[in-house]
Amino acid sequence: MNVRMENITKVFPGRDRKSAGVTAVDNFSLELPDGKLVCLLGPSGCGKSTLLYMICGLETPTEGRIYFGDQDVTDIPSEKRGVGLVFQNYALYPHLTVKQIIKFPLENLKGDEKLSKEEMDKMALEAAKLVQIDGLMDRKPGQMSGGQQQRVAIARAIVKRPKVLLMDEPLSNLDARLRLHTREEIRRIQKETGITTIFVTHDQEEAMSISDLIVVMKDGVLHQMGKPQDVYDDPVNLFVAQFLGTPEINVFEGKVKDEGLYIGEDRVLEVRGVEDKDVFIGIRPEGFIVDDEGKLNCELKGINIMGRDITVLSSNGASKNVIRSIVSAETAIDSGSNKVRFNLKPHKTYIFDKDTEERIRFA
Amino acid sequence: MSKKTLSGVNGVATNISGWLYLLPALLFLIAFMVYPLIDVFIYSFEEGYNSASQTSFGTGGYNYAYILRDPYFLKTVKNTFILVIITVPISTGLALLISLGLNSIRALKRLFQTIFFLPYVTNTLAVGLVFMILFRKTPYTDGLVNMIIGKFGISPVDFIDGPYWAKMLVLSVYVIWIVMPFKILILTSALASVPDVYYQSARIDGTSSWRVFWRITLPMISPMIVYLIITGFIGAFKAYSDAVAIFGVDLNAAGMNTIVGYVYDMLYGDGGGYPSYASAAAIVLFAIVLTITVINLIVSRKATDIT
Repeated sequence: MNVRMENITKVFPGRDRKSAGVTAVDNFSLELPDGKLVCLLGPSGCGKSTLLYMICGLETPTEGRIYFGDQDVTDIPSEKRGVGLVFQNYALYPHLTVKQIIKFPLENLKGDEKLSKEEMDKMALEAAKLVQIDGLMDRKPGQMSGGQQQRVAIARAIVKRPKVLLMDEPLSNLDARLRLHTREEIRRIQKETGITTIFVTHDQEEAMSISDLIVVMKDGVLHQMGKPQDVYDDPVNLFVAQFLGTPEINVFEGKVKDEGLYIGEDRVLEVRGVEDKDVFIGIRPEGFIVDDEGKLNCELKGINIMGRDITVLSSNGASKNVIRSIVSAETAIDSGSNKVRFNLKPHKTYIFDKDTEERIRFA
Repeated sequence: MSKKTLSGVNGVATNISGWLYLLPALLFLIAFMVYPLIDVFIYSFEEGYNSASQTSFGTGGYNYAYILRDPYFLKTVKNTFILVIITVPISTGLALLISLGLNSIRALKRLFQTIFFLPYVTNTLAVGLVFMILFRKTPYTDGLVNMIIGKFGISPVDFIDGPYWAKMLVLSVYVIWIVMPFKILILTSALASVPDVYYQSARIDGTSSWRVFWRITLPMISPMIVYLIITGFIGAFKAYSDAVAIFGVDLNAAGMNTIVGYVYDMLYGDGGGYPSYASAAAIVLFAIVLTITVINLIVSRKATDIT
């Protein structure tokens, strides 16, 4: 089921008449393709959870329409939308066993949809097998680890075979190791079921690693949507460039003069077709080439050898933060020197307008 | 390991300061609770104990044999049991309904919470006075309740000096009304503490509100309900001032005496001066309350098994 949002706006009213409302989502339009794992990514407070809740029907948009396929679901209550939601803290009923929890949505079915006890047991077991908790059916949530609870929550959300599966920060309550494992599990479950899955996270690494598509949001506004690698390689503005990637992109203040890109006094790159102006320059850590004849002069602060590659820490007057560049472990660097020179890879270097922070493309 | 060593090093010192903190409360409890309790237990087996001369005729089960054959005592046991059986379920059930209502409204929630809590801070005897006005039949008026039921063609009943069931009705209504505010207070906060996500999750799954109540709300607040039922039983078994507030101090004449009332009468009433009988009655009450509470705990432990 593809999910389409048209001009969605959500304003939360202020606490009293005097205070203004908060616009959580602002004129948001988006179409998510069928059967994909889509990630809503953004810093906290960017409106991504609100958007998720509007898709599942727990919140109503102030303006705009939501469509599942051709059906307008904006005014349809959430139980009739055919969605499953995995809550951030799982929301497992503490007094029920795993089996009872997974069967809970099935027992609610009425009329023609009503299932026999055997069918329910069968479906619950199927869902439990899919998330590999079929051995824990008689446990209660309090007797399980966070990862196991997470699986129960997913099983409950998919047991009714929803058209859309929604996940609100599904990994945020797990420890780092389990998070890595669980995100692969989510990927596997999504692939096996083929359910259109939308999940919300503020962790760009998580989003990059498992999603088919990422949607980058900030302050309730859509910034960019695309395949993770495309968004990473081709950010539309400074925010997206900074938000994606670890270590973070290095940002310099600089200027374009005579079709040349300047960082301080160094003319670091030829940029054809760009008019003269002040700019921000973003360079990915992997966009640096150490070269004794390099055009960018920096002061060497340190070298971290990480096995397969080296992180070079340096500083430059045009950058507020320490510059992190990642180079191959074979690179010869004189750690005794206090200078280091780089050449830049043009496709890892982005220029942004200083005022609008929008990307400026160059040939 | 490390924990053990730690407490080993500081063990004695920690213990002493710990006991010191407990000492004031402990002294009071021993002097005013434990010691009297033991004393009462002893008196209950001492025949004809005289508190002035501190003497008795002998030891044995005579006091118990006496009160269990005393029609006044048996009457109080009957009254108390009827009162408990009527008021505990009704007051808890009503309080639950009202709390559910309070929990689901938004406008004026605080105001209603305050209104429902008012009886709790109102003096028992003042409430009794109001009940007199509502129920008492005098030569001048039949009372408000009689006037209302008169509209439906029911002949007036003397609720204060009339038939037994009418008096029991008034007493029950009174007790229910008096104990409900506390229950509502507890239950509204218990309801408010059920996390919203459970309801959201149930909503997405299309759970009917009836099922939400039985499968989610009720189990989640069941520990509090159990608490209220247990304290409700204990409180109702110890009812006395309620009866006095409505029927006056001569409860035996009204036929509405309670077990605690019997204990009081045996000590200080017109026929008083029998601490041995009073002690025996008090111990019987204690045994009843203990038994009921233990049963309650066993039943509820099975019902509210949240691990």
